[in-house]
Amino acid sequence: MAEVPKNDEPTDATPNVSEVETVDAETPEEAVAAIEAPVERGEPILQVRNLVKHFPLTQGVIVKRQIGAVKAVDGISFDLYQGETLGIVGESGCGKSTVAKLLMTLEQATAGEVFYKGQDITKLSGRALKAVRRNIQMVFQDPYTSLNPRMTVGDIIGEPFEIHPEVAPKGSRRQKVQDLLDVVGLNPEYINRYPHQFSGGQRQRIGIARGLALNPEIIICDEPVSALDVSVQAQVINLMEKLQDEFNLSYLFIAHDLSIVRHISDRVGVMYLGKMAEIGSDEQIYDHPTHPYTQALLSAVPVPDPEAREGRERIILTGDVPSPANPPSGCRFRTRCWKAQDKCAQEVPLLAIPERFVDQDTPAAHESACHFAEEKDVVHAA
Amino acid sequence: MPEPHEPAEGAVAGTGMGGAMDLAASEATTLAAGEAGAGPGAGPGGGPRGGPSAPARSLWSDAWRDLRRNPVFLVSGLIILFLVLISLWPSAITSGDPLDCDLANAQKGSSPGHPFGFNGQGCDVYTRTVYGARASVTVGVCATLGVAVLGSVLGGLAGFFGGVWDAILSRITDVFFAIPVVLGGLVLLSVVTSNTVWPVIGFMVLLGWPQISRIARGSVITAKQHDYVQAARALGASNARMLLRHIAPNAVAPVIVVATIALGTYIALEATLSYLGVGLKPPTVSWGIDISAASQYIRNAPHMLLWPAGALAVTVLAFIMLGDAVRDALDPKLR
Repeated sequence: MAEVPKNDEPTDATPNVSEVETVDAETPEEAVAAIEAPVERGEPILQVRNLVKHFPLTQGVIVKRQIGAVKAVDGISFDLYQGETLGIVGESGCGKSTVAKLLMTLEQATAGEVFYKGQDITKLSGRALKAVRRNIQMVFQDPYTSLNPRMTVGDIIGEPFEIHPEVAPKGSRRQKVQDLLDVVGLNPEYINRYPHQFSGGQRQRIGIARGLALNPEIIICDEPVSALDVSVQAQVINLMEKLQDEFNLSYLFIAHDLSIVRHISDRVGVMYLGKMAEIGSDEQIYDHPTHPYTQALLSAVPVPDPEAREGRERIILTGDVPSPANPPSGCRFRTRCWKAQDKCAQEVPLLAIPERFVDQDTPAAHESACHFAEEKDVVHAA
Repeated sequence: MPEPHEPAEGAVAGTGMGGAMDLAASEATTLAAGEAGAGPGAGPGGGPRGGPSAPARSLWSDAWRDLRRNPVFLVSGLIILFLVLISLWPSAITSGDPLDCDLANAQKGSSPGHPFGFNGQGCDVYTRTVYGARASVTVGVCATLGVAVLGSVLGGLAGFFGGVWDAILSRITDVFFAIPVVLGGLVLLSVVTSNTVWPVIGFMVLLGWPQISRIARGSVITAKQHDYVQAARALGASNARMLLRHIAPNAVAPVIVVATIALGTYIALEATLSYLGVGLKPPTVSWGIDISAASQYIRNAPHMLLWPAGALAVTVLAFIMLGDAVRDALDPKLR
């Protein structure tokens, strides 16, 4: 453990993620062929390795000098398997949305790789990137700004076909758009309407239809329901689950609502200040959390049963989230953690199965970036 | 109109954690049931009802359909059409010669055959107002078009691409903003000997584009931050598509407003330059020249000022109304 690096440099603090089988494509044709190859269910389809995004902080009017960086995402690794839903939770500003943008190549990664079927998409351009974009689509958080107010629904959902004309021949596009409207539960007659004529939930369905148009394999959902009413949230979530079965989709589901993430996810990752704190199956995370941050988050989830609520322990964190421009040394969570010791300030905890659980066959044996990981059932505690 | 159908996708399987979800699920089911009852025609298997036969519509076709029914657009369009026609063929509505003047008639009021009276040189005001439309409308329309196109293209590109080009363009606009219009006109136009409207238009475009460029840059920066532009990029859209399909329609409104208001300013600026002797020179006839010449005699002979000034006001009003109508037609929320 002596060689564990300090927090100055973003490092891969995830020692035991699987090796990526990369595909060395010499020509764009080979890259496109690799991107269009099918992936078996349960195989990794998207592999993120030590992904880093630092936004430079500059000073000066004409000659800009970099005086620091906001470390929005600082060394994150995970796998997304074909057909599964990976939930990413964390509080505002922890870098969830930046991860989504990096996976969509809407932002340029500072370092690290994102492998889609063995191709590092952070280094692709031109035709190969376009092929990746066909297969990875996004559903945005705010249905009020993610649809162009000056385009009809038909134009919005039909635009993917205009950009990728090989997907649908010109004559069939209108029919395809109407089919998509039908798939997401909207009346196909609304093709000539404008976004402002729809409610929030209906708009989000339009956004989902646009994401589905190119028949993608992965849909990245950046808080797709947080702008909606609770009742409409359930409708949209159920629709997304139905579509996942129907079209064999893999979801990366980013949210801050723990209940919704549990409902839809097969696996869950918890982010704090640009790093992954804990990752595991939904049962492992929700019923057997070992990272203090996860425990604190879960203890804040509202419990509808008043009697269960009485006996429950609430972990109330003190202080604010430190600035990502100047994160704490060692463990990022140590400034708010009740277990913090000197070791936490000196060593970056690795995202690995805690040593005390390594040989045990318990649900607590999942990856957790804490020096003092221990199980604490905060949800059912009475 | 029945509400769009929200099918019930089956109740959420409530888990221990999901207290909120359980509530939500039951609510959703109730809602869906209620809506299905309210809109019996929108059953899940109903399929497209008359959808395929309806023609595809787009922003532009909808805007045109809207404009054709808008009285403001029709009135302003007719006025502008009339102005264009008399600019091309002024002799169609007057038989006089704008340069046929008799000092004996100087400053005389309206008389039979001369409804607008005479000006300070004894020329017929009606004839001069009709003939003046050509120079004034040409200057106003061409300068506005030039400024709007140059300014919105440069400002829009700077706003969209940002970085070094934006910094360079912003500093260049600062330089142009620092040039006083009248002084710049005196310096630049005094070296031009041509007696056409084009040097004047060129000068106005040269000094006018930074204003539109600033506005276009700002509204492009606002528009490009919206999620729908990111969504288009995520789909693999080219820069040209993002600019033309997504950003331009959402950023053009302020440019239209400022450009149509500026049109009147350009016609007035032409008058100022002509008054200073660097704009249009007699025998060219323009409203600007006549307005500045008549302004000294407003107390003795107001008709000399009012007719060309009224023509200018109507022209500017028509263009502003046209710009307003177009802007509204391009905003689906206002339909």
